[in-house]
Amino acid sequence: MSSVFTSSIGKKLVMGISGLFLMMFMVVHLTVNSLLLVPDGGDTFNAAAHFMATNPIIRIIEPILAIGFVIHIIWALVLTLENRKARGSDRYASGNKSTGVSWASKNMFVLGLTILAFLVLHLAHFWVKMRLTGDDLLEHVTVNIAGVDTLVENSYALVNATFGYLWIVIVYIVAGVGLAIHLTHGFWSAFQSVGLSNNIWRKRFTVIGNIFAWLVGLGFSAIALLQYLFYQI
Amino acid sequence: MEKFLNITLKVWKQNGPREKGRFETYKLSNISVDSSFLEMMDILNEQLINEGKEPVAFDHDCREGICGMCSLYINGRPHGPDDDITTCQLHMRKFKDGETITIEPWRSAGFPVIKDLIVDRSSFDKIIMAGGYVSVNTGGVPDANAIPIPKDHADESMDAASCIGCGACVAACKNGSAMLFVSAKVSQLALLPQGKVEAARRAKAMVARMDELGFGNCTNTGACEVECPKGISISNIARLNREYLKAKIKD
Ligand code: HEM
Ligand code: SF4
Ligand code: FES
Repeated sequence: MSSVFTSSIGKKLVMGISGLFLMMFMVVHLTVNSLLLVPDGGDTFNAAAHFMATNPIIRIIEPILAIGFVIHIIWALVLTLENRKARGSDRYASGNKSTGVSWASKNMFVLGLTILAFLVLHLAHFWVKMRLTGDDLLEHVTVNIAGVDTLVENSYALVNATFGYLWIVIVYIVAGVGLAIHLTHGFWSAFQSVGLSNNIWRKRFTVIGNIFAWLVGLGFSAIALLQYLFYQI
Repeated sequence: MEKFLNITLKVWKQNGPREKGRFETYKLSNISVDSSFLEMMDILNEQLINEGKEPVAFDHDCREGICGMCSLYINGRPHGPDDDITTCQLHMRKFKDGETITIEPWRSAGFPVIKDLIVDRSSFDKIIMAGGYVSVNTGGVPDANAIPIPKDHADESMDAASCIGCGACVAACKNGSAMLFVSAKVSQLALLPQGKVEAARRAKAMVARMDELGFGNCTNTGACEVECPKGISISNIARLNREYLKAKIKD
């Protein structure tokens, strides 16, 4: 097993598994976020956020998620640098006119950097305030969780206020589209990298991946936009 | 359609591996549309020799698309503007009268230029030497029908075996990766009972050699499959990943 993770295929295995893991996280995250659209002044979302913040399983998964991101990003950097070296510094004067190669597949690192830039901003807006510094908007409110009145942080108020700024909403839309494009290639590519593909399944993964990518990417964008347009008090 | 073409060639000239290269411009007239690309190159070289100049060095051998020797990156694509063919199968009717044709060598760190348009592809041979074979003991010829082989396995194996080792996949790859070549060579044997015996050792050895020689990591862009003259499918790459990871897990 020693050289698995340093071999070219092993590195792609790491990319593929971390990518699949991040995609699973995206699904959970989007599901919770969609509760922002329940028109009850944020009670449902606050209850869900309370559950996420207090649930021990989520507490364990959080650092794993962070590690997942770090691994994905470090391996992406190593892979990209090695590949530039393997390609060599001589460019083709007549350019590259191969047809049928997706733009996403050639720009995964740049797309990833877009996601990363967004991630920093995103964490500063929410995670830092909810976990570290606190914020006036987060003042506790009472919501009824399964018949029990519970005092929870008003996460909804913070999210709602953040999405009151047009520039932030625009950043979310751009990042959502960037994520979608990253995943139009990433989804099927991950299955290919871990060896779970063939001529039939590649077509299936590509179709499923395209639907998944745009659903998730535009899903995040849409929630931010709808919050800006229809949920401001 | 014109019967004869007047064309301008922009050709890469480089005296040796460590020399600095440059483009030279040549003019050719009355090239028949029926001539092949390499015949056009022969006419160019004859003209250069008659003028007392040094001819352009380029690789070729069988001139019928089976040996993989011819290379050339023509107008932005390995093996030129046609699909699923080698340069020796490319015809001048694919070009227009008055066109400027740019001809470059394969460019990838794994394929250093030897001279002009000739690159050193011996790294492919080194990968094959690492395990791209079946070890057989001598003895009587076994009966062909003694080992049943499913038809789809035989078909896929034969498709993979059509790789001629030309290196267009590497030339087309933005990552300088040799995965399509290696995956074809691993697949053609891994799919057959005779090759399965050594499949794990072969996958590990060939991938290790490929990495050692400095080829890049595949990111599944698929440019290789598009430019491969033999239409080798990237599903072979998924198979190679599978064979390699399976072999490593077993260790
Ligand atoms: C939520 C965030 C992200 C998700 C869900 C995600 C998902 C994926 C997936 C599924 C793959 C395919 C893996 C494979 O081909 O084996 C991938 C590849 C890649 N990702 Fe990400 N990624 C994310 C963030 C990032 C970030 C932040 C970066 C870099 C700064 C990045 C850079 C790359 C690169 C360079 C590749 C390699 C391209 C390839 O091998 O096809 N990604 N990503
Ligand atoms: S896989 Fe195709 S492009 Fe690559 S060496 Fe074989 S025949 Fe040439
Ligand atoms: S010269 Fe043999 S394949 Fe072109």
